[in-house]
Amino acid sequence: MRNIGKSYKEVIALNDISFDVADGELFGLIGPDGAGKTTLFRILCTLIVPDQGEARVRGLDVVEDFRSIRKSIGYMPGRFSLYQDLTVQENLEFFATIFGTTIEQNYHLVRDIYTQLEPFKQRLAGDLSGGMKQKLALCCALIHKPEVLFLDEPTTGVDAVSRKEFWQMLKRLKKDGLAILVSTPYMDEAALCDRIALMQNGRILDINTPQKISEEFVGVLYAVKSSRVYDLLIALRAHPLVLSCYAFGEYLHVTLAKSEDSKELESHLQNQGFSDLKIHLVTPGIENVFMQLLQQTDEK
Amino acid sequence: MRQFLAFVKKEFRHIFRDRRTLLILFGMPVAQVMIFGFALNNEVENAGVAIFDMSMDYESTLLINHIDVSSYFFVDRTCRNIECIEDAFRTNTARLGIVIPADFGSKLWRGENPAIKIIGDASDPNQAQVLTTYAKAIIQSHLAERASVTIELPILRSTSRMVFNPELKAVYMFVPGIMGFILLLVSAMMTSLTIAREKELGTMELLLVSPLRSAHIIFGKVAPYWLLSFVNAIIIVLLGIVVFDTPMNGSVVLLTMSCLLFSLTALALGIFISARSSSQMTAMLISMMGLLLPTILLSGFIFPIENMPVVLQVVSNVIPAKWFIILIKGLMIKGSGINMLWKPFAILLFITVLLSIAAIRNVKPRLES
Amino acid sequence: MKEHPAISANNLTRKFGSFIATNAISFEVKKGEIFGFLGANGAGKTTAMRMLCGLLAPTSGSATVAGYDVASYPEKVKQHIGYMSQKFSLYEDLTVKENFLFYGGVYGLRRKEILLRLNDMLKRLDLVHALNTRVGELPLGWKQKLSFSLAMLHQPEIIFLDEPTGGVDPITRRKFWDLIYEAAHQGVTIFVTTHYMDEAEYCDRVSIMVNGVIEALDSPENLRSKYQAETMDAVFQELARGTITL
Repeated sequence: MRNIGKSYKEVIALNDISFDVADGELFGLIGPDGAGKTTLFRILCTLIVPDQGEARVRGLDVVEDFRSIRKSIGYMPGRFSLYQDLTVQENLEFFATIFGTTIEQNYHLVRDIYTQLEPFKQRLAGDLSGGMKQKLALCCALIHKPEVLFLDEPTTGVDAVSRKEFWQMLKRLKKDGLAILVSTPYMDEAALCDRIALMQNGRILDINTPQKISEEFVGVLYAVKSSRVYDLLIALRAHPLVLSCYAFGEYLHVTLAKSEDSKELESHLQNQGFSDLKIHLVTPGIENVFMQLLQQTDEK
Repeated sequence: MRQFLAFVKKEFRHIFRDRRTLLILFGMPVAQVMIFGFALNNEVENAGVAIFDMSMDYESTLLINHIDVSSYFFVDRTCRNIECIEDAFRTNTARLGIVIPADFGSKLWRGENPAIKIIGDASDPNQAQVLTTYAKAIIQSHLAERASVTIELPILRSTSRMVFNPELKAVYMFVPGIMGFILLLVSAMMTSLTIAREKELGTMELLLVSPLRSAHIIFGKVAPYWLLSFVNAIIIVLLGIVVFDTPMNGSVVLLTMSCLLFSLTALALGIFISARSSSQMTAMLISMMGLLLPTILLSGFIFPIENMPVVLQVVSNVIPAKWFIILIKGLMIKGSGINMLWKPFAILLFITVLLSIAAIRNVKPRLES
Repeated sequence: MKEHPAISANNLTRKFGSFIATNAISFEVKKGEIFGFLGANGAGKTTAMRMLCGLLAPTSGSATVAGYDVASYPEKVKQHIGYMSQKFSLYEDLTVKENFLFYGGVYGLRRKEILLRLNDMLKRLDLVHALNTRVGELPLGWKQKLSFSLAMLHQPEIIFLDEPTGGVDPITRRKFWDLIYEAAHQGVTIFVTTHYMDEAEYCDRVSIMVNGVIEALDSPENLRSKYQAETMDAVFQELARGTITL
């Protein structure tokens, strides 16, 4: 069996969660803090036992066969969890050794990332910048040649440039056949995954490819802009045809039931004195869909 | 094995890169021995005595002179009434009062035992006790001397002799106590702190996810500290012998074994504590309140167990340090062999085994949820 | 009080040993402006922010916040600013009311006044029912709104927000920005750092720090056209790429 199946059910922290991840797939868990992402990771990494349901990693049960699973997974916890008082090299060496391997043996796996760290290999891990720490943690999770990689919010608190670099690395790893399960609160990163699960309050709201999820948007989406942003927001929210209205980059994103409504809205706004109004149709993204799903669950 | 060694290596790096840890590990034992050895010394040296001499004869003058020339006391004042002694206590010039009865000389000549009253200043009961004992010893030896001169017939007399530690040197008592204390501190507190630190940092998660077994993690943590505690024990014994002339009468092998055993007890305690606490703060508090305080108070280190209320005497039996101190005192000062000391050794061994089982049962291969 | 810019920094510099965390940065923030303060990790944002809040003395240069010099009158500065960081400033084991009474007391407000303002704020946030709930039991989004309200309790002229929306869902994030807009509308100056580039677009003006200096400072619109980028994210990538060496 080359497929990894995981299905899982639990109450409270996690509620009835089921999904599968294939080899060479980059699977994203997208959701805010408290959605249950970390709990899910800990169960899959055999750190905690589920109350209900079962989960399998590489065909092995996370409760029964936890020792065998531990040999073949790489885990990067949410917080930076390396030894701050050891140097870059000492950290990597330590993690290689406890997994029964050496840096030399598996150097090819981390070469791309480690070359960037090499100039600082004598530096204490605690003195590295956020992006560099993240790279080191990834190296340490990769050094024993895992077949499945679990990355719990690897890019939280990391600046936009380092985040982009990090995702490029994940893409390369995926090509080597690793199954990667990654969580993130950043919606823009969701589009970079093969498939994503949108999570909120311990539930999965939706699982699909980013493309398909974007297509699930109900209604039509317009981008509206004016120099008086705050007044515009108030005016839009007050209008009966507007289903929802949120700030979105430089524009406000307005959801309408049908495209004909936009003409009426435009003239209404112009009557209210928004002279520099710009309004145009936009293709909804994952974030729009997620917000719509959240709104729906809130209403329930 | 390679994994285990890597773990130990990492642990040593943590220890040697943190100045505070190093200071606690090696500064503490030295400082403790010095403090207890020099400062908290309750030996008697030149204590003031107020004497109310009612007989004022030749014999009483001889006695007073004898007390005055001893290195332990000097005569602060001679009184004419009992209130004068109290005054001397109040002004803190004298710490002991002696009342010589009016018939002192005549009784001595008749071969009777004169009743001398010794008054201690019980505002410091421990010291009063010690001073009284010293004074008694001096008076008794004086009486014995005089009695042999004044009458031919030897009289029955009771004398007390301090054995093993004739000069009543307090530091001899402190060396075993400090050893127990330091071994407990280094082994129990430091291990519980380092394990709690891994939990706090989140590195425990990574270690658990690795193929390392719980036993690897535990022994990897324990080994370096076991070694360090042992080094500490040696430092303390050497300090005791070189600086304070503590005797070393017993078997070195037995001493080594006792130290290793007690470190193990402490390590098991440390692991037990860390398994139960999630942060360094909790681990620290539990070690302080749950281990160090009872050890100082109930092990016989500072306060003699015989003087405690019965309840506390019973409680003191479960304090491992109590048995360790008995062992070390027996070994170093009395020079007893295993035939005399097998009982405390067996009890300590029993406690250690119990604690180890409890500790290992409490360490789980998963995070607590 | 006479008109002054909300924040004005003049060659503000801070060195840690030989390392220059912020290197002679100068900028001005107008009253009622939403000012985005962006930069990669380690670019010197936190250092600059700490100096402006009167927590860290500048090595050289000067800055005035709410008209007071940060080096000479840090206490005055603190009276006139509010501060909220990603890590919650609320005590988890106290109720909402107790938290507000405590912080209000710190700023020398009277009990009556605190409760009046708190009531007002909770009404607007639709959280009146949470008054006597322990903060620890509240959902993350609420906590964030309450932290913001708390920072606003003493009616500061300027409010500093250090990554206020980390880790919350997109709706909560939007709702949080609604609060920011509302505050700005009332004339409060907002100084905000964030890693979400779409949030940079919500600001009136944005500065981007790279290696201790401000590389760009303008409205998002002008920055986009200057760097011929479609989004602020692209602008940021352009400016900060290849500069992270630590």
